[in-house]
Amino acid sequence: MISLSAFLWISSLLFAIGIAGMIINRHNLVVLLMCIELLLLSVNTNFVAFSHYLNNIDGKIFVFFILAVAAAETAVGLAILMVLYRQRGTIEIDKMDVLNG
Amino acid sequence: MLNAFPTTLVVFYAFAALLIASAFMVILSRHPVQSALYLVLAFFASAALWIMMQAEFLGLILILVYVGAVMTLFLFVVMTIPMHTIPIDKTRLLYIGYGSLVLVLFLGVMAKIIHPLNHIVFQLNNFQAPGISGATAIGESLYTTYVFPFEIAGFLLLVAIIAAISLSWKTDRRKIINDVSAQVNVKAKDRLKIVKMKAEKPQQDSTEPVQHD
Repeated sequence: MISLSAFLWISSLLFAIGIAGMIINRHNLVVLLMCIELLLLSVNTNFVAFSHYLNNIDGKIFVFFILAVAAAETAVGLAILMVLYRQRGTIEIDKMDVLNG
Repeated sequence: MLNAFPTTLVVFYAFAALLIASAFMVILSRHPVQSALYLVLAFFASAALWIMMQAEFLGLILILVYVGAVMTLFLFVVMTIPMHTIPIDKTRLLYIGYGSLVLVLFLGVMAKIIHPLNHIVFQLNNFQAPGISGATAIGESLYTTYVFPFEIAGFLLLVAIIAAISLSWKTDRRKIINDVSAQVNVKAKDRLKIVKMKAEKPQQDSTEPVQHD
């Protein structure tokens, strides 16, 4: 049977890939939002793994709520992105330096 | 021998490798459409892993909600905004170097945490009663103990709907809307301008011969 640490390794590797993606993709805000999705996916995998191996259903309930909040976050984030593109004509993060004094 | 073949291990490692590979392709591919499609693949592989952990309801919810709704939204936005392929230049290679450094550091920290867990044996038994599916167990807990957070989550989704629509509503489109209070409150001097001036004689045509007395 597969051990708990195998799932924990996978989810931590996924989390590390998400953080690395946030650093790499400075060019595009959409890919940055996708990296946030990767982070949430790894956290959810952790919750499901612990819920399964500790015989506790609360972890799965929490995954349910994380899915709802992540869907709301993505919808509002993409709406902000559309407004940003309409006003500035670009979604590159390097060009967002209006507040830079 | 059928029993000797480790089916569970093979399935686990296949989907884990698929998940990690597609996650790498999300952050390394050069066009956002490719990133979105690889993210869909990552969600499918992750749902398979969750189903291996007896979370079949959550795995199917992940496919339905994420692949069906969220990734469709991502693809809409990606295809609405014109994007070009990211060139592989010196800056990108530098960022990839920084990213892999952070990845190695984070994995080092996590190794320190996860490694002691290797020796702990968790007891594996199905905590659900034999006749109860996972969806039933989640539903029983969700609608009794967690009913108030459940309602708050619903309200949060409503707020997100309102926020998304009001943000992306174009305000500069031509609207034909009567502002009733402005119509009622208008004064005569706002509409009508009275200009005082002297009376003028009608101008005589210059082509006519002028009569001098």
